[in-house]
Amino acid sequence: MILAIASGKGGTGKTTLSTNLASYISEKQKVTLADLDVEEPNSGLFLDVEKDLEKDMFKKIPEWKESECILCGKCQEWCKFNCIQVLGDEVMIFPEFCHTCHMCVDLCPGSALSFKDVRMGRLSKSHKGNLTFVESRLNIGEEQAVSLISQTIDYTENYADEDELIIVDAPPGAACPVMEVVDKSDFVILVTEPTPFGLNDLKIAVETMRVLNREFAVVINRYGIGNDDVISYCKAENIDILAKINNDRKLAELYSKGNLLYKHSENLREQLDLIIEKLHLLK
Amino acid sequence: MKEIVVISGKGGTGKTSITASFAKLGAEEIVVADCDVDAADMHLVMSPEVIHTEDYYSGFVAKIDENKCTQCGACIDTCQFDAISPEFNINQYKCEGCSYCSEICPTHAIKMQELCIGQYFISKSRMNNYLIHAKLGIGADNTGKLVAMVKKEARKIAEANNLNTILVDGSPGIGCPVLSSLTGANLVCIVTESSLSGFHDLQRVYEVAKRFKLKACCIINKHDLNTKLTKQIEDYLEKEGIIHLANLPYMANFSDAMVEGKTIVEKENTIHSQLIKDSWQKIKEIVV
Ligand code: SF4
Ligand code: SF4
Repeated sequence: MILAIASGKGGTGKTTLSTNLASYISEKQKVTLADLDVEEPNSGLFLDVEKDLEKDMFKKIPEWKESECILCGKCQEWCKFNCIQVLGDEVMIFPEFCHTCHMCVDLCPGSALSFKDVRMGRLSKSHKGNLTFVESRLNIGEEQAVSLISQTIDYTENYADEDELIIVDAPPGAACPVMEVVDKSDFVILVTEPTPFGLNDLKIAVETMRVLNREFAVVINRYGIGNDDVISYCKAENIDILAKINNDRKLAELYSKGNLLYKHSENLREQLDLIIEKLHLLK
Repeated sequence: MKEIVVISGKGGTGKTSITASFAKLGAEEIVVADCDVDAADMHLVMSPEVIHTEDYYSGFVAKIDENKCTQCGACIDTCQFDAISPEFNINQYKCEGCSYCSEICPTHAIKMQELCIGQYFISKSRMNNYLIHAKLGIGADNTGKLVAMVKKEARKIAEANNLNTILVDGSPGIGCPVLSSLTGANLVCIVTESSLSGFHDLQRVYEVAKRFKLKACCIINKHDLNTKLTKQIEDYLEKEGIIHLANLPYMANFSDAMVEGKTIVEKENTIHSQLIKDSWQKIKEIVV
């Protein structure tokens, strides 16, 4: 089962929940955590893991073979992402924008375009005890986060045992990268905080879940600040609130040092137990 | 025209609360642009009255004309994104708009339609300034283009009203939207927090900001959570030539003002209010 931890906006505690839930569960059974926030993967900062391997991740982009090109200009016309420009007697390719749709390569009348691999990011796998941790980091300037995310999910699924729980830390927002993660997940936890900003972003996240027809529930972080509007909203919309994690300065201090929090907070352990129990995460 | 862009790399550092405070302090002398289009929250404390709404189109989505389609299946074989179901329905969220299917369909049954992915608004806020903000549809790609659009509108409004300062609530992350947020800016103000991930993202986003060769300044929020780390961040700022504006202490009730629909500076006599006022003063001195 793939369990995604997502949130409408960043900074609500998505990474805190993913890292603590995964580590806590790993005290009892095998579990994999994948950080798919590929633009800014931060989970690794909280995990004291040992690196097993690192590898480059690639995407395919077209390569131009001058000798075969009849300079018809079709490829530039076809590419909807402005990756190809025919300048004088040269075809220029801008790899960051390429969606690898295959059109130019398949249809080029002179067979002057073929695919080659370019590096788009780097994946690493590490472990500690029962916990496997996979992280991918997108190259700065690279546009196609979705491709790296989907490759990382495939890698993780291949690597993990058939019935192993996979927790994924999704990117923030409601754009394509998070859609890709949600689409590949079986259940989604939306993390929010009980403030007007939190509520506003939660509503957008809920809309995304409904469009994708995905089962989801909410976890409230920093419970105690703000107001009760998030709770009223969830009630009105029939959304399960799995857990409420108390706002606590001591935890904020531990977090700032990159510590896992569950070992230091009974409230957090209780709330994690609630999530584990309600979602049947233990075998 | 002077453009001040507030960014943070990481979410949850207090960026939007602080930008909204600057918006309050700048009042009618500035135009405000909410370019955090993924989590557009400025309107929640600025109470804008919308003057003008515009649909925002970007990219394309395929549409199959049932009458022309012979269900040959060529499109399904071609699509690299699994966007066409066996029943020949297009999944709008998977379709990337490449138009390959439309190109090869033997009966020309597939047309590409422009995709409306959101709206943007020109509003007058309760702070007596114009606010340009947007609402993005879900699954939208190309938010960088929407950011550029919001900024363009802000510049137009500023010119038309003889205003010379634009305040931008920038996008999170280090991708295309933040690049769009920074394009054409004069000063970038980075709001970070004293945590390992805050510092990590500060460095990553500053790598991006550096390419624009802009003047940079920084506010460290929750500085007292980890004084040792705060010192490291301060050293980093000095080494990189980033102007250090202020250290804000951790405040359990940081969101109280937000709950009342107010900005932090509207809570008088608090230490945060004073520090943010001082920061805004310094920012104004830097940009002139
Ligand atoms: S479509 Fe092929 S032959 Fe035509 S300009 Fe492009 S690369 Fe050259
Ligand atoms: S594969 Fe598609 S997106 Fe990439 S360059 Fe060719 S036409 Fe453009």
